[in-house]
Amino acid sequence: MAASGEADQPREVEFEQPNISSDSDQGDFNESEAPGKSENAPLLASDSFDDLSYNDLGVNDHQTVHRGTIHAIVRQTSTSSDSRSNTPNNVDHDSLEVSAGEESLEESAESQMQNVSIADKQEAVELAAPPFSSDDEDVNSPEWKNQKKHVFILSESGKPVYSRHGNEDKLVTIMGVMQALVSFVQDSKDSLRSVVAGEHKFVFLVRDHLLLVGVTRGMDSTQQMLLQLMYVYNQVISVLTHSALGKIFKQRRNYDLRRLLTGAEKFFDNLLNLIDTEPGLLLTAVRCLPLDSQVRDVIAQSIVQNAKVKDLVFALIIAKNQLVTLVRMKKYYLHPMDLHLIINLVNASESFKEAESWTPICLPKFDASGFLQAHVSYLDEDCQVCLLLLSVDRDSFFTLSEAKDRIRARLVRYNALSAINSSLRRTSYSTQQCAISDLRHFLYKARSTAQYTSPELEAPYTKPEEQERLFGLYHYLHHRIHTSGRPLKILFHVGQYETLLGWVTQGFELYAVFGPLITKTGAIHAVNRLLRWIKREEDRLFILNSVTF
Amino acid sequence: MKSIEAKVVVLGSQGVGKTSVVIRYVGGMFSKAVSPTIGASFFTYKMTLDGYRVKLQVWDTAGQERFRSMAPMYYRKANAAMLVYDITSLESFYDIKDWVKELKKNVDTPIVMCLLGNKADLDSGRKVPTEEAAEYAASIEALFFETSALKNTGIEDAFLQVSKQLIKLYETYPNSGLGILSPQQESTDIFSPQTTNVKLPSRTEAERPPQSDGCGC
Repeated sequence: MAASGEADQPREVEFEQPNISSDSDQGDFNESEAPGKSENAPLLASDSFDDLSYNDLGVNDHQTVHRGTIHAIVRQTSTSSDSRSNTPNNVDHDSLEVSAGEESLEESAESQMQNVSIADKQEAVELAAPPFSSDDEDVNSPEWKNQKKHVFILSESGKPVYSRHGNEDKLVTIMGVMQALVSFVQDSKDSLRSVVAGEHKFVFLVRDHLLLVGVTRGMDSTQQMLLQLMYVYNQVISVLTHSALGKIFKQRRNYDLRRLLTGAEKFFDNLLNLIDTEPGLLLTAVRCLPLDSQVRDVIAQSIVQNAKVKDLVFALIIAKNQLVTLVRMKKYYLHPMDLHLIINLVNASESFKEAESWTPICLPKFDASGFLQAHVSYLDEDCQVCLLLLSVDRDSFFTLSEAKDRIRARLVRYNALSAINSSLRRTSYSTQQCAISDLRHFLYKARSTAQYTSPELEAPYTKPEEQERLFGLYHYLHHRIHTSGRPLKILFHVGQYETLLGWVTQGFELYAVFGPLITKTGAIHAVNRLLRWIKREEDRLFILNSVTF
Repeated sequence: MKSIEAKVVVLGSQGVGKTSVVIRYVGGMFSKAVSPTIGASFFTYKMTLDGYRVKLQVWDTAGQERFRSMAPMYYRKANAAMLVYDITSLESFYDIKDWVKELKKNVDTPIVMCLLGNKADLDSGRKVPTEEAAEYAASIEALFFETSALKNTGIEDAFLQVSKQLIKLYETYPNSGLGILSPQQESTDIFSPQTTNVKLPSRTEAERPPQSDGCGC
């Protein structure tokens, strides 16, 4: 029943106030204060969603905030200390020569990447052979067809790279069709954006060397699907780097990328699950673990004082998909999309729980051309509080490992670790704490800090299908407000089971869900009270001060 | 008593049981649900052997193809390499030959090599004959053991023999890069020998005992 109610929703009566230029109609809204606002946020304020238009996609190279940032940091620090002039983290991505006995690890790494791509011809032959076992082709199974959302990645030449559901080998034909559709339209100097067929939406994203296709019959709009595909593309980059991807396909256009992505499938699976359950990815904002601001300061200071390590770019603590603290190198910011990839890495990797790990990770928005090295460790025995130290120095494992021991010792001494753990146990907060009657749930994003907050999911949203329906409502509300043709400031929507109010200003985005009987005035009063409540709690819910090394 | 600190890198294809071998040795247990290693995991193991205090710094590397290019970072300056294959997979055994080639090419310091045929409990599915592996090990002057992380056979012995070889290596080439330190130094900081050469000016301050830190609140 829930599923069909969702489809009925938009047909309900709506009142809306489109883009009003005069303020007269908004007299009831106090727009002056935006809780959680800060000029000095650790994250890069982003409106990735609004920035997302087809015009800047596909044509250009992968956009990255500071291309060559890693290079710059390495250069900057290596000039400051010439004692280690032949550091192996000499990130020279653009040179294609492969010199055998080269000191630079990065280069030898890349040369191997090339060897890989040249070497395995037989692998490709194996794949070209028809892998179907005739009649049990996945595409025809009702189970596969009934999946709510499909995501496919294929190479420019139409080779399967990833499919969310089913085995890629069995999807060769359908992926071939997708590739044909896209290149047919490309031939007439145009690009295929989306196809709507019945209740299904097909969304296409063409990026360097890869073609991504999303198919949904949920509430996700085309643009929202596009954002999700961007996340998936960034996940590929995060595993391989943009430069490596380019090099591989430059050498062999029909390279089977699955070879290099073996073991990374779970990152895609997990990312897509996060996309379907975490509002943060829709909002391109990060949720912070609610903590007393003094405790948070202690944590940040523990990191600053104990991790003064050259070439350390970011140090962050993550607990249950929430950000506890972030310390960054001056001048460099973390983009929320990158942070989501880090959260996804931690979330999807059980192996970090066994021991300290040292792993390369590329943050596409930070620098798509190279890897940062991540020292990953859990600070508590239950493996919930994860410390990540991201450096450009490939040799700094032991230095960072020492730093981690000192940070941990200090967090224990000041009871900060137990404070984190008790905040995790408490769960976040209840809608009731806001003391606003008829308010069932909300999402609040502080735009300047790229952080968001929302209460726990409570009745009536306790069952998974109800939560999914609520999430669909948020997608609908978000879509209506951000729709590129006709962006809205405020939307009041009376649905069958609940009433929605969405409100977007310079400073924030608020999406609130009320009981079905609330009046427009009632809802406006309620959100004003809600904003005051968030303002009072902002120190606890958001990270307002950016700490640097 | 003299102390030796050695860097041991564990290499091999994915799914051959590198992590299981290491966890069996270091943690003394076996889990059926070991998840694939991301990048590399770091373990330490200490023992006393033949009048030496031996500390093994074990790098358990990821076998996945995408981490292949990262391997030099982990085997650089390694004193020993554990080369793990799966006795039920010929391919994993052939991959060892590539590893050996790569090590010979890129590592110029003396290195102890040890070939491990893991999953020896699955003898019914065996694809790699013991003799062939032993012969190959002899040809590259490597130690050879068949091991089972599940049944806990061969692993203890393998690491023990590797440690003995490391001691021998140290006695033949005292400057071979095996971290040596006097016992009283060791107690202060387990990682210090690795980091002394890259110590930065700012670090000395950060290294001071923690009570000098001002309270953050």
